[in-house]
Amino acid sequence: MTETSTQTSKPYGIVAEFTTAASILHAAELVRSAGFRQWDVFTPFPVHGMDKAMGLRNSKVGWFTFVGGVIGYASGMIMIWYMNAFDYPIVIGGKPMFSPYSAFPPSFELTILFGAFGSLIGMLFLNRLPRLYHPLLKNKRFSLVTHDRFYVVIECDDPKYSEVETRRLLEQAGSRHIEVVED
Amino acid sequence: MAASAETTLDLVEAPIRVPQPPAELERTPLVANGRSFGWLSNRVASLIENKAPGWWWVLFSISLLGLGLLIFCMSYQISTGVGVWGDMRPAMWGWGIVNFVWWIGIGHAGTLISAILFLLRQRWRTAINRAAEAMTIFAVMCAGIYPLIHVGRVWYDWWLFPIPNANSIWPQFRSPLMWDVFAVSTYFTVSVLFWYMGLIPDLAVMRDRSKTKARQFLYGLFALGWTGSNRAWSNYEKAYLLLAGLSTPLVLSVHSTVSLDFSVSQVSGWHTTIFPPYFVAGAIFSGFGMVLTLVIPLRSIFKLQDIITIKHIETMCKVTLATGSMVGYAYMMEFFICWYSGDPNEAFHFSNRALGPYQWAWIPMILCNVLIPQLFWFKKLRRNLVLVFIVSILVNVGMWCERFVIIVVSLTREFLPSSWHYFRPTWVDIGTYAGTFGLFFTCFLLFIRFLPMIAVSEIKGVTPQADPHNPLGGAKVPQFVHEEH
Repeated sequence: MTETSTQTSKPYGIVAEFTTAASILHAAELVRSAGFRQWDVFTPFPVHGMDKAMGLRNSKVGWFTFVGGVIGYASGMIMIWYMNAFDYPIVIGGKPMFSPYSAFPPSFELTILFGAFGSLIGMLFLNRLPRLYHPLLKNKRFSLVTHDRFYVVIECDDPKYSEVETRRLLEQAGSRHIEVVED
Repeated sequence: MAASAETTLDLVEAPIRVPQPPAELERTPLVANGRSFGWLSNRVASLIENKAPGWWWVLFSISLLGLGLLIFCMSYQISTGVGVWGDMRPAMWGWGIVNFVWWIGIGHAGTLISAILFLLRQRWRTAINRAAEAMTIFAVMCAGIYPLIHVGRVWYDWWLFPIPNANSIWPQFRSPLMWDVFAVSTYFTVSVLFWYMGLIPDLAVMRDRSKTKARQFLYGLFALGWTGSNRAWSNYEKAYLLLAGLSTPLVLSVHSTVSLDFSVSQVSGWHTTIFPPYFVAGAIFSGFGMVLTLVIPLRSIFKLQDIITIKHIETMCKVTLATGSMVGYAYMMEFFICWYSGDPNEAFHFSNRALGPYQWAWIPMILCNVLIPQLFWFKKLRRNLVLVFIVSILVNVGMWCERFVIIVVSLTREFLPSSWHYFRPTWVDIGTYAGTFGLFFTCFLLFIRFLPMIAVSEIKGVTPQADPHNPLGGAKVPQFVHEEH
């Protein structure tokens, strides 16, 4: 029992609250240049310029969309060829058994369909969602993130993390409310 | 270099005087009265959190009755046969297909708003995109019912899909009707995906402010654990952009494919190459009509005038005017091509449209689709909500007449005069059509009751305080002093 209780009280990270878009952008720049790696910014809406401030690279979702689209188009063409020209060919109106033109509209629709699934699933996969348990979601104050507040969270697992130093950095960045969240 | 250093010094010492642009060049803000993030959340969420108003229950009961009517008419039609509809040789496509095309056209405005206007960076779309996308989904549901019950033996509907069956015959992909199956089902699926993805951050908004366990659980479940992390937003925005990019050709292809159902055939009045763009323009036109019909009462009842401003209504009127005029152009072009081709069947068909027994449908078609929207050239009229509401309804009356004119007038005057006949709908036709309104409004009323009908997270992003480089967003620009006129 004592073991589990020590485990639950293990800190997850330090949370600093900001109230404006400019202050969170500035804070993100500071935290980034301080050399932290396991940290994130939480905002009610995507803040313009934040990816650059955090030093994030271009999202990889596009690859999922592309692969989905290619699979969709290829499966459409192959399916139609297999069904109408190979497995059970029937002459209809003297039209060719298989033509890329008549097979295009359904294959195009499948490109879109699979590409859309690729985008959504890729986005969820890259974001590790669905994840219904998250230490931050237990925090009462943090729930304002979907309302009107902005947060910087630096995880305790970060090699540069030290409770005193990190707190001082976030205070310098202009945060008025800083607390340590438990895992 | 020296010059720039000097300017920097100047900046520090004496403030630069920047002349302010004249008032008429200022952009109207997208959210009126400078509302805060919190206000936006509270306002939109209150529509769900407050008790359902009395009018909601009245409308919901009426819609449920309509849904009951739909289920009754469908059951009667399925158990008896398609003969209960007014479809009669040679017009084997009657109201069933008219309503299919009409409903699916209405859906197109939702995707136009969510996808095409997103790509065009029309930021005003954020106020209406959620409701318009919901409208799309429900309209496509209403549309999808018709082909499925029109086939007669609904228990064979699965033959439409490439599923192996006992006869080992596959669907015939050389027919546009088969393309339509793929277009409509893809359209529905992708619209739902797009809508749901847009909802994820807003479901998190609802989750974080829910008071009851049930709400916390359900909103929490569907919010998938969204935290608003910027690493997540980065992927989310990319996925949103890609979905918008995929939906744009999709929405253009859907009504094009629907139009190919007609134009690939030999029937006069159908066999024309203008159909795909003409159908897409008409679809967006009717969809904007429906968006206006839904949004104008909602913004007044729910007091959303600060979010859906008069500017939004005006812009939608302009889109309606533009697409209505495109439809008008297509009508003219049809007549021109008919004369230019010199085909006697076409010539007969088009004079029959305007002067024949279905003139009662042709006149409102021209009036409502081409002439009445011209009122929107005038700013005063675009800002008159009562007028806009009436016109928006007339738009859809006109578009229904257009579908009817295209389908029924062409079919009842076939190449063989001995099979000519006058189409009359039966009570089942009328009941099924009225019933789909029941389905549509049941879904829509449930939507505005349980889901945020305004994209809260998106609308927060278009306010001036969301911009980190705007003084309202906390940016410090003390050196610049605006010169007063």
